[in-house]
Amino acid sequence: MIVLENLTKRYGAFTAVSGLDLEIGESQIFGLLGPNGAGKTTTLRMIAGILRPDAGRVIVAGHDNVLDPMEARRSLGFVPDRPFVYDKLTGAELLRFSAGLFGLRGPAVENRIDELLELWDLVPWKDQLVESYSHGMRQKLIISSALIHRPRVLVVDEPMVGLDPRSAWLLKDVLRTFADGGGTVLVSTHTLELAESLCDRLAVIDRGKVVASGSIDDLRRAARSEAAGLEEIFLKITRGATDSTIARVVGQ
Amino acid sequence: MSVGREYVLLLAPKVLSTRRRGAAGRGRWGRAVMVLGVGAAAWPFIYVTLTRLLRVLREVEEVGPLLASKLLALGLLVFLGILLLSNLIAALSSFFLSKDLPWIRAAPVDWLSVYLSRLTETLVSSSWMVLLMLVPMLAAYATVYRGGWEFVALSVAAVVPFLVIPAAVGSAITLLLVRLFPARRSRDILGIIAVAAVGLVVLLLRVLRPERLVNPESYRNLVDFMAALRGPSSPWLPSQWGADVLAGFLQGGLDPFLLILLWTTAAGTVTVGAVLHHTLYASCFTKAQEGNENRIRRHAGWVWLERAVSRISLQRQQLVLKDVRIFFRDTTQWSQLIILGVLVVVYVYNMRVLPLASGEMITRYLITLVVFLNLALSGFVLAAIAARFVFPALSLEGQTLWLLRSAPLDAGTLIGAKYWVGAVPLTALAILLTGVTNHLLGVPAALAILSLVSTVALSLAFTAQALAWGVYYPEFESENAAQIPTSIGGLLFMLGAVINLGIVLAVQVFILRGFLASGLPGREPRDPWLWEVGLALAATLLCCTAAAVFPYQAAVRRLEELEA
Repeated sequence: MIVLENLTKRYGAFTAVSGLDLEIGESQIFGLLGPNGAGKTTTLRMIAGILRPDAGRVIVAGHDNVLDPMEARRSLGFVPDRPFVYDKLTGAELLRFSAGLFGLRGPAVENRIDELLELWDLVPWKDQLVESYSHGMRQKLIISSALIHRPRVLVVDEPMVGLDPRSAWLLKDVLRTFADGGGTVLVSTHTLELAESLCDRLAVIDRGKVVASGSIDDLRRAARSEAAGLEEIFLKITRGATDSTIARVVGQ
Repeated sequence: MSVGREYVLLLAPKVLSTRRRGAAGRGRWGRAVMVLGVGAAAWPFIYVTLTRLLRVLREVEEVGPLLASKLLALGLLVFLGILLLSNLIAALSSFFLSKDLPWIRAAPVDWLSVYLSRLTETLVSSSWMVLLMLVPMLAAYATVYRGGWEFVALSVAAVVPFLVIPAAVGSAITLLLVRLFPARRSRDILGIIAVAAVGLVVLLLRVLRPERLVNPESYRNLVDFMAALRGPSSPWLPSQWGADVLAGFLQGGLDPFLLILLWTTAAGTVTVGAVLHHTLYASCFTKAQEGNENRIRRHAGWVWLERAVSRISLQRQQLVLKDVRIFFRDTTQWSQLIILGVLVVVYVYNMRVLPLASGEMITRYLITLVVFLNLALSGFVLAAIAARFVFPALSLEGQTLWLLRSAPLDAGTLIGAKYWVGAVPLTALAILLTGVTNHLLGVPAALAILSLVSTVALSLAFTAQALAWGVYYPEFESENAAQIPTSIGGLLFMLGAVINLGIVLAVQVFILRGFLASGLPGREPRDPWLWEVGLALAATLLCCTAAAVFPYQAAVRRLEELEA
């Protein structure tokens, strides 16, 4: 469902993503891990068609997103890392607008809006301006917006930020159900617990390149830590700060 | 920490941000050139015009000096109205809506330093434009009446309290309005301000009737006219005190009591403002944060709009509805709309009271000149409005552009929606400005049609150009829509629009030169021939169509390549 071939993105002299190759199939939740500035968000924004790659290809549901962008986007729902939406629209208006962008309207859209808002406990906020929503509520609204047109592929950047424990649990359930129904989920996250419990496959990227990928067992082997949890594996692969450095910087 | 140090500390982020905004960024040169360009054009214009007028008035015995001081009082009165209005709006933002307020409220800072720093912020953001206009105006008085450095010092002493009073009064009124309107009802508050502002301007014009001062025949006799000139128009207002202090000094009769009155009133209003702030601000701020009144009800206007756009494609329909909704719900846009409304009222009123319309003084040649002048002025006003409201259209998508870019939406649809959202109101305004003023001036039908079609064509072209420059030079980082037109793209748009307007005017004057010359003294006056008007119309439409189509296509192409 998602194929990345030699995907590259440069900002001036800085290469944010360098020759990335990935293939993610149907009914799969794929986690993208990596330290800050590793190129995760840039990769996801290229898949969503927001950024144009300098080299390589992105195929979404069989459509090249440069050569056939409209069809590629029609199959995709995107949730960005920061929940910026139009503050001066109400929740229902935003979802109606989003559906309209995908060419949907009428009673079916109204029903879909109601069921999505009900899923996230946002019904009382339906006719309130988004500016009065909390961070977590905005996040839920954006996830609803990504699901409004029943996409086949979901690309989610940092989904857990701002969500309360119940909503976080619900989101995991939503993503699992989506994948079990034949959908593909690509999720970028710093929440290693989420990645460990939810993702079928993972890739760790650092400085724009994949440094390890596969199932959690594959990553354990790559980090040479057979019994380790994902946190330890991640730190080993990405070479986190040493204890002595931490003690020096924040020690009393 | 002392109140003084806290005051400086609280203002420091604003000063640093302003300085950095001016010193860095892509729009730096654009802003610098624009400010210098406007300054270079406006200052000499105000100074030279006023100096000439004052010199003429000085030569008129008895009445001249009285008219000069009356003119100063009138100018200051208009400034006082503008200051009060802009302080009301700025205070709403700086005292209640600013994003750093929760942070400051949570810090152990004295209430007086918060009040004084926010009052200073309100004062500076509302008054700098008026101050810029005052400088050449007072310089003209100083030159004609040989005021010298003493006049400069006296001007500073009079202008400072003149600016402080409306800032303190405006902030206090805003505080009381927020107190009266529970929760975040800033739209209601601005609605009241809007009605009050337009009402105030109309009332001022009706009561003062400034046109009568240049038309002494409207008085029963000379004694009435002199009495009207001598008497203060508004003895209770600081603008009159300021004018009396300055004109009195220049004409040899300084009244220090009025200067003391200005300063004590300034101190008094700040003190009352501080007491009100101390008593009410905490509860008002809490109410302003509640945000319980954000529930939106569908009223008749929205239903009508939804019906009006129901025939266009679904994507375009949703984009238009979204832009219109956001515009009318955004209070920062409202303040500009209020000023625009006031300007239109003043513009139309001025056309109505022009002596041209009074009958016997009218000449065909003068009317024709005024028609072209009206076209030039309305064209410039429309370009300025397009710069303010259409140019930022794409930039304002800013951080929400991801939603549009990740949807199956082509660039043409997005640009088309933005174009019509800008073009329809701009064209309506063009028709209002030209149609009403032509009717008031009694312009012959052929010329009226020519000028009406020209302003409509220009507004359609300006919309496309504003949109194109906005796509080529987007300002995605800007939080304030009012700042976006001051970027390099905004400057380039204004230059292009003025050139477009100049070409249209030049072409029309060239085609109609035979008719225009017929109005000169000693020639046989005639009406314009039909083919002349037809040719002028065709040339205008051709020119404006080209000036609309090419930028529109360029905007679509550029948006396809744009990353955000």
